[in-house]
Amino acid sequence: MDLENQKRVLELSEEHGPENIVVLLGAADAEGAGLAAETVLAGDPTYAGPLTGVSLGLRVYHVCEEEVKQEFDEAVYEEQVSMMEMVLDVDDIHEEMQSFRDEYMKF
Amino acid sequence: MNSVIKGTSYILAHTPEMVLYNGTTQTTERTVNPDSEYLKELPKHLRSYEEAVAYYPNQVYIGNVTPEELAQIEMPWYDKPVEGAERFGPFGEIMPNDEFLLLIQISDEFDLVKLEADFVEKVRPALAENPVVTPAMLDRIKPGVELAEIDKFVTEEAAEPLYFGGELVGCVKRAHNIDLNLSAHVLHENLVTKASGVLSVLHALRSSDVKAEEIEYLIECSEAAVGDQNQRGGGNIAKSIAEIAGLQNATGSDTRGFCAAPAHALLEAAALVKSGVFKCVAVAGGGCTAKLGMNGKDHIKKGVPVLEDMIGGFCVIIGENDGVNPELITDYVGRHRVGTGSAPQAVISSLVTDPLEQAGLGILDVDRFSTEMQNPDITRPAGAGNVPEANYKMIAALAVMRGELERPQMKDFIAKHGVTGFAPTQGHIPSGVPYMGFARLGLMNGDFKRVMIVGKGSLFLGRLTNLFDGVSFLMEPNRGVKKEDDKAADTDEIRRLIAESMRDFAHSLMLKAEQEV
Repeated sequence: MDLENQKRVLELSEEHGPENIVVLLGAADAEGAGLAAETVLAGDPTYAGPLTGVSLGLRVYHVCEEEVKQEFDEAVYEEQVSMMEMVLDVDDIHEEMQSFRDEYMKF
Repeated sequence: MNSVIKGTSYILAHTPEMVLYNGTTQTTERTVNPDSEYLKELPKHLRSYEEAVAYYPNQVYIGNVTPEELAQIEMPWYDKPVEGAERFGPFGEIMPNDEFLLLIQISDEFDLVKLEADFVEKVRPALAENPVVTPAMLDRIKPGVELAEIDKFVTEEAAEPLYFGGELVGCVKRAHNIDLNLSAHVLHENLVTKASGVLSVLHALRSSDVKAEEIEYLIECSEAAVGDQNQRGGGNIAKSIAEIAGLQNATGSDTRGFCAAPAHALLEAAALVKSGVFKCVAVAGGGCTAKLGMNGKDHIKKGVPVLEDMIGGFCVIIGENDGVNPELITDYVGRHRVGTGSAPQAVISSLVTDPLEQAGLGILDVDRFSTEMQNPDITRPAGAGNVPEANYKMIAALAVMRGELERPQMKDFIAKHGVTGFAPTQGHIPSGVPYMGFARLGLMNGDFKRVMIVGKGSLFLGRLTNLFDGVSFLMEPNRGVKKEDDKAADTDEIRRLIAESMRDFAHSLMLKAEQEV
């Protein structure tokens, strides 16, 4: 996850409390989604950004996962996300995300 | 009448030493961690010139192998050299590092480039044999200086060293002691962009029937910023390229827009010609040293050679409709608007389906889409996936949503309407334009009826806007130049159709009146 985004996630968590934050991802593949999830759950695995050694344990989902899909207005989802849902390997992404959530999610 | 694509060129220069000393991944590492394992390991993973020439995607770039042929080769490609690979191709060439250093010196107007005397003497004859290099250019080669002088500039005056075969052979001096925009590093970067731009223009002239003096305007569309601290990015690389390439009747300007700039520049060129402002406009983009070895760390980690060792360049010549060359269609173009938003679905719709709808066409009416043509052999090991394929998946998904395609047909659509990525990851270079050479040929020999060029750019990198950007246009076969008589016939036909509609309308009114009575 890019260093600027790590900084934003950290600042928002400090401002609102990590229990009040949900991180939504739009990564194009399971590996990228997993890396970003790991960063906001367990800390930056590349040891480069502000989340290095910071285990926030935030709730984190990919926008195509069922858990969050139902929260959207159907028409908006159709207009903004449905094309990517067809393109992405959603099962693969979900599996990767879930493995990190199972291990590190605190909320 | 639409303007036409009269010629295209695609050039590469093999610059392994610039990977080590000028690519930002390496310069950053040198600053942050000068003793790093990566820097020690890197030289062992650089390719020889012969390996770079025999590399499949490079041969596609200069036109010796088609993207369709490349698609048949199983990845990875770096371990499958092209047998009998040639330096020159129908679109351009792969220039070796030593000749390219001489070309940089030729492109220097301010005595900033110093090359060692023996090196110049050795390389000059090779460059003189290049069919695109003009006598006027050869006259610009300076005899060279002693190595000690170069060494002094490098060690005492912050000059940027130039290496060949591991040896110091020259340098680029700084043009100011304090102004960072005129530092040796920045000037080196800009001179490389200029020199590769010059080579691109020369090859475009070679591959078309256009003479240097016919070009009236040159639009340069790289990502380089030229100017001192009071006008950073002021330009004008275009005019500086035109000068060295001998475009005596040209002026020019630079168009910027990150990776989308070439597509923007082509629309501008087409509009300038169609409107009659100029008869012949060239669009050129030189390469970028900063991006050399950008993904070097991942490549080494995965045991892949450092494939980002090529400076890229391209040029497209746009001229008045000659009744022969393919047309650049400006009647309907795609553009990412401020209000479009950044969801991929909105982006692709604005660039692909919006212009097609304007034209009354569907996605399947386009034979080939050329989007971001990054070579997946480079991007996959770096974790960035197959960029062109990802674009084609999105276009296919849009076709499914619009009912033009069944979902199981998506894979076939990608194979049939997509283009395998082959362009070096040089920012603006891969964006849509690398396929214009093949598209031009395919439209002229009847293989294609329609090709769409899509340029996309990530503006957030400049930290001024989070907006995405892009424009797209179609290329179609020449519809034939209409004579004045034909125009008159067309006018008559339109008058006839209007009269007929008026008659029908009047008749229907009369019928209605009769029924009401």
